[in-house]
Amino acid sequence: MKPAPFELHAVEEVEEALALLAAYGDDAKVLAGGQSLVPMLALRLTRFGHLVDLNRVEALRGVSRTDGWLTIGAMTRHRGLQVEDVASQVPLLARATAHVGHFQIRNRGTLGGAIAHADPAAEQPAVCLALDAVMEVSSRAGTREVRAGDFFEGTWATALGPEDLLTGIRFPVWSGRSGFAVEELARRHGDFALAGAVCAVAVGERGVERAAIALFGVGSTPVRASAAEEALLAGAAIGEVATVAARDLDPTGDLHASGTYRKKVAWVMVERALGRAMEEARGA
Amino acid sequence: MPERTIELTVNGERRVVAVEDRTTLADALRERCHLTGTHLACEHGVCGACTVLVDGAAVRSCLLFAVQAVGSEVTTVEGLTPPDGTLSPVQEAFREAHGLQCGFCTPGFVVSVTAYLAEHPDPSDDELRDALTGNLCRCTGYQGILRAARLAAERLREVRGAAAGQPAGDLAATAGAVGGGAGS
Repeated sequence: MKPAPFELHAVEEVEEALALLAAYGDDAKVLAGGQSLVPMLALRLTRFGHLVDLNRVEALRGVSRTDGWLTIGAMTRHRGLQVEDVASQVPLLARATAHVGHFQIRNRGTLGGAIAHADPAAEQPAVCLALDAVMEVSSRAGTREVRAGDFFEGTWATALGPEDLLTGIRFPVWSGRSGFAVEELARRHGDFALAGAVCAVAVGERGVERAAIALFGVGSTPVRASAAEEALLAGAAIGEVATVAARDLDPTGDLHASGTYRKKVAWVMVERALGRAMEEARGA
Repeated sequence: MPERTIELTVNGERRVVAVEDRTTLADALRERCHLTGTHLACEHGVCGACTVLVDGAAVRSCLLFAVQAVGSEVTTVEGLTPPDGTLSPVQEAFREAHGLQCGFCTPGFVVSVTAYLAEHPDPSDDELRDALTGNLCRCTGYQGILRAARLAAERLREVRGAAAGQPAGDLAATAGAVGGGAGS
């Protein structure tokens, strides 16, 4: 075993988790699927005196539809997102989830865990940002909602405080003639992407009527390409939209790819994803 | 840290073991249950050597704490082998198709391939390659592993065809039935 010692609290109710987080503050960490946290503990990149294990909390699992929104419990596993409800209501999330890790990771990892962990190269935070998902957050002080645009603050940093618990994520359901696509370049399927893009478009008689574009792996947080969305709505061609999306990116380089290369890849990913999303929307 | 005594169900047997909260399931299996077929290499979720089934689903046992497995059915590579000591169809296929060199990564591959084929009986080569990306082999024997997985898929389809008409069980039961099928 490699992690530093901790006490694991296997709670069954949300209230128990909130009480523990309130009691221990930043000496406690929420344990969801553990596919990111446990490696960090094993490498001793981090340590906590207490882990609040949510794996036995039934109330945090499952998918439900209300009023144009699909609400997903934070402890729903990636595998549990590869179901008809998600594929039909929020196709972008279902398609992005297929890119998350390997199947063994998807068997255990959770949507809430991936979003709270907020790795800048992760696919699902970019989906949340593109679609204006709403994070449902609870603490001893009460519950609140945080828009995805206000949620991701930096690498592994979010609007969640030490006493907060992400309990669910609400995604708007797009109707009409819409199309969705995820593109990423990874050196091996299942690895973190060098760069990637998620796109959603809805078309009507006047052309593109709704557009959502976000990138991942190109900064410390997922990046919403608002200017590119506006260009698309104004009638710009796909290549021009990709150019606007990549224009202000300044990704850092590492041994896998230089910053310049990642920026070029980001352009290609937007171009491809948008092309596929448009094709799907027009055929719908 | 103090140890606590927990009860695990491993390969259908009840095991009472003492572990710290931070003891991974992999360490509990190897050091407390003495089931050393589950191998540990990276110990942080990258290599897949420690893959086991928990309630039928393939997971990395280095990313699970033993205390989290209480109440679940854990199946290790030892549990995939028929009781008469012969090999499971997947193991047999790895042997025949040279799906290993040094063998260190093999238990993880065998468990992963067993779980994958239980849900995807007729995968394409691309799908199989994708399914194998969660396990690393440092002898670079991937072509042999791919051939082994393909051969295992064929064999399992034959086993299933022979057993057709019987009601389908859950994934864990299917994995067990598949393991037992080799001896029959």
